[in-house]
Amino acid sequence: MTDFPLNVIASLGTGQAFFIYAVIGFAFGWVLESSGFGNSRKLAAQFYFQELTVLKVMFTAIVTAMTLVFAASGAGLLDYNLLWVPPTYIWPGIVGGFVMGVGFIIGGFCPGTSLVAAATLKVDGIFFVLGALFGIALFGETIGFYEHFFNSSFLGRITLSDSTGLTEGTLTVVIVLGAIGVFAGAEWLEERVGKIPRAQAPRWRYGAGALLILGAVLVALNGQPGSAERWERIASVEQLRLDHREVHVDPLEVLSLLHDDALRVQLLDLRGEFEFNRFHIRDARHLAGSPLPELAAELIAMPANTVFVLIGRTGDDMEQPWRALRAESVPNLYILDGGAEGWLRRFTNPSAPPVAPRLALGDRHPASDPNPRLFEGSFEPKVEMEIKRAPSGGGCG
Amino acid sequence: MSARFPVTPSTGKPYWNPYLGGIMLGVVLFIAYLITGSGLGASGGMNRLLVWVQDALMPEHVDQVPYLLKMAGGELNPLKNWIVYLTIGTIAGGFASGLLSGRSHWETNKGPQIGKGTRWILAFIGGALMGYGARLARGCTSGQILSGGAVMSTGSWLMMIGVFGGAYLLAYSFRKTWN
Repeated sequence: MTDFPLNVIASLGTGQAFFIYAVIGFAFGWVLESSGFGNSRKLAAQFYFQELTVLKVMFTAIVTAMTLVFAASGAGLLDYNLLWVPPTYIWPGIVGGFVMGVGFIIGGFCPGTSLVAAATLKVDGIFFVLGALFGIALFGETIGFYEHFFNSSFLGRITLSDSTGLTEGTLTVVIVLGAIGVFAGAEWLEERVGKIPRAQAPRWRYGAGALLILGAVLVALNGQPGSAERWERIASVEQLRLDHREVHVDPLEVLSLLHDDALRVQLLDLRGEFEFNRFHIRDARHLAGSPLPELAAELIAMPANTVFVLIGRTGDDMEQPWRALRAESVPNLYILDGGAEGWLRRFTNPSAPPVAPRLALGDRHPASDPNPRLFEGSFEPKVEMEIKRAPSGGGCG
Repeated sequence: MSARFPVTPSTGKPYWNPYLGGIMLGVVLFIAYLITGSGLGASGGMNRLLVWVQDALMPEHVDQVPYLLKMAGGELNPLKNWIVYLTIGTIAGGFASGLLSGRSHWETNKGPQIGKGTRWILAFIGGALMGYGARLARGCTSGQILSGGAVMSTGSWLMMIGVFGGAYLLAYSFRKTWN
């Protein structure tokens, strides 16, 4: 099992966890200020090709963090599936980004840099922060008028690897090489436009660049863990849970979960289409044929109080899908004991006539949505909610 | 007179070399991902601090606007979110760094051709656009471009094109503000 990311809020409580976030923020603010990001002239010079500090700092940070993240993930230390990757909304992102760019050239800051500018008593920074707060407030008041656009072109958690078909390791190498090429171009521009002699730049940057390329190549050679490898890492714990039937949930418990207002229950029906059409539990999602690892990203992104229940014919046929989804770090994942057939038997009045085998009842059978008060019985409760390790929102959530 | 670029602080110690700053920023970002599973950000924390004030001044209004409701409706406390503490830490870190390096004092950074008043008005307008755009894009430069870029979010890389496109497109029109 990978140890990182930690679940700081669940393991330390909000007090200490919030303190850790404040310490990380402190380091962030310190680095921003020290790099000159509290000075609007330094930031604006970027857009006149006089001084490309913004580009150098941002891209050096991106490639450094990227290489470290994928190195740690490849080494089995960090679970990439549990990291918050900002979900993609193509057009709101590009249009919002464009508005930000216009704000950047007019105002001279971005939100993070304006905070350190204001903290170091730059009056233009203080006005920018006030403006940003005004803009944020205005957004809250006006987004209701075009919410449709705000939620459009949603692609979920997609990464450059999904979009290009290249592996994360190859992309790291490509992006690192691209960044170094861009830095060379930036230094050339600075010499021509900003009259900054290139000899001023420290020589150690060549060594740092070489080290970064070496790191990226090692990341690419080491590769990222595949499903089988991810399962091997957790098998010693998770296979025992399967063997001891700790994840096979009694139909009565599932019924009680469905009526628990504090939980969201996702019923994932993996049977064939014919069987699903014949009978399924109300609100079950039919997933036959969907590749499970791709589904995992969507499931992980769901709110932390979601329970996932796999539904097969008998229940025991769900052990392989359970392993596949657990290997991808889907939390709170269980199997309906006895499967759909067991459920149908359990919640059908014995005196009712049996369902004709060729009838497609779907969720119109009374057992699709049984009344919990009519079915009393005891069961051994198995579901324990694991608090999600990754926070449910990103840096700007 | 010394060269105009790179821009130097008017007082105090010089800024770090940009590559050093970038490496340090990358390491901080990696540690944030390693420990917390999410990256850095700023506009989200500003948003919640603002909504906290709005909720104190006009709670009925907050309860009527869906976007605010999600953060501060009913019993929800907009400050009970990690991003708020990250943002407070960012302000404190910038303050401490500026103070210890002697760069912290009252001043307005601007181009030589405009007055302070003009610069303040433009900073406010630019800030408003930036704040609005950052919420529309679901993240600011730190949360999307930096953090999302490092973990290869496709949307973050697309947004980067929008930000640089918008800034470079209007750079010529606003050249007098800065040069």
